[in-house]
Amino acid sequence: MIRLSGIERVFRVGEEEVHALRGVNLEIARGEYLSLMGPSGSGKSTLLNVIGLLDRPNAGRYALDGRDVTGLDDDALSRVRREKIGFVFQFFHLVARLTAEQNIELPMVLAGIDPAERRTRLARLLAEYGLEARARHRPDQLSGGQCQRVAIARAMSMRPTVILADEPTGNLDRHTGQEVMAVLEGVHHAGGTVMVVTHDGEIGARAHRRLRMVDGAIVSDERGAGGGHGGT
Amino acid sequence: MRLADTLGFAWQVVRGSPGRTLLILLAMGIGVAAVVAVSSIGEGARLYVVNQFGSLGTHLVIVLPGRSETAGSMPGVLIGKTPRDLTLEDALALKRSPAVRRLAPLIVGAGDVRVGARSRETPVLGSTAELMDIRHMEMAQGQFLPPGDPRHSQPVCVVGAKVAAELFGARRALGEWLRIGDRRFRVVGVLASQGESLGFNTDEIVIVPLAAAQALFNTEALFRVLVEAKSREQIAYAQSDIEEILRERHDGKREVTVVTQDAVLATFDRILRALTLAVGGLAAISLAVAGILIMNVMLISVTQRRHEIGLLKALGATGLNIRLIFLSEAVLLALGGAALGLTVGKLGQLFIGQLFPSIPFTAPWWAVIAAPLTAIATAVLFSVAPARRAARLDPVRALSKR
Ligand SMILES: Nc1ncnc2c1ncn2[C@@H]1O[C@H](COP(=O)(O)OP(=O)(O)OP(=O)(O)O)[C@@H](O)[C@H]1O
Ligand SMILES: [Mg+2]
Repeated sequence: MIRLSGIERVFRVGEEEVHALRGVNLEIARGEYLSLMGPSGSGKSTLLNVIGLLDRPNAGRYALDGRDVTGLDDDALSRVRREKIGFVFQFFHLVARLTAEQNIELPMVLAGIDPAERRTRLARLLAEYGLEARARHRPDQLSGGQCQRVAIARAMSMRPTVILADEPTGNLDRHTGQEVMAVLEGVHHAGGTVMVVTHDGEIGARAHRRLRMVDGAIVSDERGAGGGHGGT
Repeated sequence: MRLADTLGFAWQVVRGSPGRTLLILLAMGIGVAAVVAVSSIGEGARLYVVNQFGSLGTHLVIVLPGRSETAGSMPGVLIGKTPRDLTLEDALALKRSPAVRRLAPLIVGAGDVRVGARSRETPVLGSTAELMDIRHMEMAQGQFLPPGDPRHSQPVCVVGAKVAAELFGARRALGEWLRIGDRRFRVVGVLASQGESLGFNTDEIVIVPLAAAQALFNTEALFRVLVEAKSREQIAYAQSDIEEILRERHDGKREVTVVTQDAVLATFDRILRALTLAVGGLAAISLAVAGILIMNVMLISVTQRRHEIGLLKALGATGLNIRLIFLSEAVLLALGGAALGLTVGKLGQLFIGQLFPSIPFTAPWWAVIAAPLTAIATAVLFSVAPARRAARLDPVRALSKR
């Protein structure tokens, strides 16, 4: 479903070149639950952005759902992104002036889905993520955990191929973090593909496939065990 | 993204920052209001002048001695020799034209008007009974000049309201005698106060029979002949008839200028229209200023909303989506500003109308259409750059906290 080969990403800062990704090869199958760990600056976010089509590699090839997306232009990338990718961020990134339901609806609005269809999907998402009572609240009236649930519901609204979460618990306390992970694992149980970047070893250990990056390269790729089915 | 959703999103933004919105609405509103108010003042002045000419007499044709190609240049100068005078007999001959309803020959001079010890220098008009109808004059007291053969005259006169008050004070002027030069005239009528028309303040004139004026100023030459055509359609026939008759009488030479009221009016109309357009255009410059303000505010907004723009892109917005959102925002603001401006402009116009009730202030249709269109056009024009900048933002950088 996702196939990366020889991905390089080089940032140029003044005279210096920063190699954020060095020849990354990675294959992800439908329904996998992955974690990505590694020291700060090892290139985790950069890899996630490349997979999420927010960033373009300097070299290498990327095939998504059997289609080579390496050479697509910005607008084509945007269209693929809104069909196939769901992002969850550390700082939630909700639009402050919009209500919870308006935030959840946003990808469907951008995709031009008609309002009737939007309403039915929205009702289902609100029920699924336990947000019915908070639908009309604005982000500043929601707790961090609720905000992240809104963000996950938003990421799921277009039924994407993969959910990419960059430190989704990084801004939450332990308990709320566990709750949010449970929500993401729920997505995985429903058949979704989930990839989580985290600094929390305990959270990373719950995934069925655990990647480790150092200095722009994937240095380990473990499968099996994990605590995805209800925790350790 | 659907158009309704784009507009809805832009509407949320506009509503979400009321201070910013108010600022832009004010700038746009002032621009539009200025155009509407200023052009309605110009248009009011134009209509006022047109109405003033209308009060001169409806189907008026004016005959001037001397030839000139346009009404404005100096008659006689071009020819090099003094043309023959326009006489009373010339004027009476014009009655032959079937297009002419009536006419009034006119002699103008300044006279020393005296009653007892009081004396006053006033313009003295020599004319006939027809002048009253042609010029739509109204009497406050008494009668106008008596009808009859203009070659002979009675010693009577009609005086303007102000002249009567100055010469007779509180006394009743009607039936009294006054002197102009060495001649005596009995006052048979006092003109109703009418103000300025055709260069004379009718409050300050004395009107005597034509023959009397000829004797007073010792001249046969007429200053003007005022001719009234039978209808509006007949004006052109009257004009060519008059030229024809007078050429015949002057041995085939064209020695008069015939001006229709329409021509004079058209000139004034053109001048005042151009003026209105010019001041309206000047006011429109304030719209450009408002446009620059919109551009600034939008550029700031792009910087402030970097996160949001990055997010929208991460959620699948294309560059076009982002550009349209910013442009709709500008259009909404411009529409609001235009509505505000039209309302304020209209109120301003009503207010000035209260101050000067005699002038018919009305915003010309082109200003009412052009002002809001200009507002929207400038808003869109000046948001193109900010919208492009927003659409080009790199989503990864925009989203990062760096
Ligand atoms: N836009 C950029 N310009 C220059 N250098 C960048 C840019 N983005 C990332 N880098 C560099 O690329 C490397 C990888 O960054 P990245 O954000 O992917 O690390 P990370 O593993 O996500 O770190 P963290 O755990 O702190 O989030 C770092 O050295 C970073 O400084
Ligand atoms: Mg990171």
